[in-house]
Amino acid sequence: MSFFSDTAKVFVRESRPIFYDPFTPVFSLAQPLVFLALLGPLVAATPGIPGESPWQWFVPGIVVMVSLFGTSMTGSNLQYEMTTGSHERIMVAPLNRAAIMTGKALKEIAPLVVQGAIIVLVMLPFGFRLYPLGALLGLAILAVLGIGLGALSYALALASQGKEWLFWGVQQTLLFPLLILSGMMLPLEQGPAWMRAVSTVNPLTYIVEAERTLFAGEYAWDVVGPGVVAAVATAAVGLTVGILTMRRQTV
Amino acid sequence: MIHTRGLARDFRAKKEVVKAVKGIDIDVSPGELVAFLGPNGAGKSTTLRMLTTSLRPTRGTATVAGHDVLAAPVEVRRAIGYIGQGNGVSHNHRIVDELVDHGRFYGMTGRDARRRAAELLELLGLAGMAKRSIGTLSGGQRRRADIALGLMHRPALLFLDEPSTGLDPQNRANLAEEIVRLRAELGMTIFLTTHYLEEADQLAERVLIIDDGEVIAAGSPAELKATLAGDRITLGMADEVAAKSAAALLEGSARETTVSGATVILTVENGESALPRTLRALDAADLPADTAKLRIPTLDDVFLSLTGRTLRDADAA
Ligand SMILES: Nc1ncnc2c1ncn2[C@@H]1O[C@H](COP(=O)(O)OP(=O)(O)OP(=O)(O)O)[C@@H](O)[C@H]1O
Ligand SMILES: [Mg+2]
Repeated sequence: MSFFSDTAKVFVRESRPIFYDPFTPVFSLAQPLVFLALLGPLVAATPGIPGESPWQWFVPGIVVMVSLFGTSMTGSNLQYEMTTGSHERIMVAPLNRAAIMTGKALKEIAPLVVQGAIIVLVMLPFGFRLYPLGALLGLAILAVLGIGLGALSYALALASQGKEWLFWGVQQTLLFPLLILSGMMLPLEQGPAWMRAVSTVNPLTYIVEAERTLFAGEYAWDVVGPGVVAAVATAAVGLTVGILTMRRQTV
Repeated sequence: MIHTRGLARDFRAKKEVVKAVKGIDIDVSPGELVAFLGPNGAGKSTTLRMLTTSLRPTRGTATVAGHDVLAAPVEVRRAIGYIGQGNGVSHNHRIVDELVDHGRFYGMTGRDARRRAAELLELLGLAGMAKRSIGTLSGGQRRRADIALGLMHRPALLFLDEPSTGLDPQNRANLAEEIVRLRAELGMTIFLTTHYLEEADQLAERVLIIDDGEVIAAGSPAELKATLAGDRITLGMADEVAAKSAAALLEGSARETTVSGATVILTVENGESALPRTLRALDAADLPADTAKLRIPTLDDVFLSLTGRTLRDADAA
């Protein structure tokens, strides 16, 4: 099917600059460590964190957060390509539309594997326990989520063409509430009722729960299942919105 | 190869509707080389973008390479190559990688794409820069990289939007040569837009003149010049009386004759043979001309006679 081969072609093209200058990703690798160093001690000191160690609870949250930051940036690279002609050139190439978005989103997700590995390595001495199979499944779910978020970010960049501020405004306004209201950084169990209510309709909540379960080496399908569904639904919605946005402008 | 009927596109800009293209009919046969000529904002790029599936038409139909652009955009994309007005190559990438990946997008194998990329880099004088990132190139070098991109997959129908903008005369000549060669070799159909009148004149078999979203004339450069502008002979006579007599004598052989002071201006069909004939006729009638000037019209004269503006004026407006 052309979707998979086109995704691979777009992914390869998007990833090229990383290999020209292997030091650029170092900075993006440092980002999660900064979060860990600054937020970790606060979380560790918070009473009532469930699980064996606060790190077991916190590390999956950081991994999800890093993937959110990465993939929601998919559209910002596109903004640049739209001001030159290179986006138009891609749109005129005989590529599957969903594959264009997926390839670009995967390029933002790929560093997550390395970032995740570094986080785990750094946290092992602090009593974090790695369950490799669970971690891999967790990353796979995040990749699916990332395709959806990347596609939404792509659609947002297309729709805000010529109004760059709009892209950033919407991206930031949505990202942080979604992030906090998923219990990713701080537990919501002690939060006010409205926060807990909102979190039940936030797809990210289910993904964060699934990640925590998988990273703890538990394969509780009643928790993981909803996370998988949330990720797949985000991908489906994202790609649909993305394709419809493309169709409105091009054919 | 290209057929449009009533193809139109409106843009909405600040609550105002800009009618960029106002319903044009274009027919291009396989193997033709057609140039789209018109001032800034005439609607050239908008038309090209509709034909290449990158912009949705507001009204009208377009069939490109046998497929309807709205019903079968993927088939159209597969059949065409497009060099847009902006840089198709991304500034963060190396030239050779952009070319190879582009070839892969069109289904070329990696080996094929690498071979073709090397060939085109050589041809466009970029061989030494294959590994340079595009952001470090000069504007003209970047433009040549764009052109290489469009030629990678040897499309049967190639659209070029102002391909020669930013190129020096040497490279412009190389590009023109390459376009002609490719066409002869591959039987390519080429549709290009240009600002350079000489380029349209030399390259194109047929020129479509577009102004304010409408095609106002179409034909070969020679036809357009002959029918819409004509060669002009300007004769300097001894005085006004002689000028009037000369005009009366020559009226029958010219398409248009005007006198102003001691000067006679004739619009004729084939100026190069008309000039000596005219001078001999004047000598025979004992009305010798003091000076004689022949002006072969350019496409700019065609545009002037159609719109009352020259292309240069129109661009400045
Ligand atoms: N995205 C857009 N939004 C609003 N108006 C637009 C848009 N794109 C083009 N136009 C308008 O449509 C008209 C035609 O533009 P177009 O780019 O087709 O001109 P052109 O003939 O290619 O000119 P040039 O020689 O400068 O490239 C212009 O008046 C332009 O301002
Ligand atoms: Mg243009």
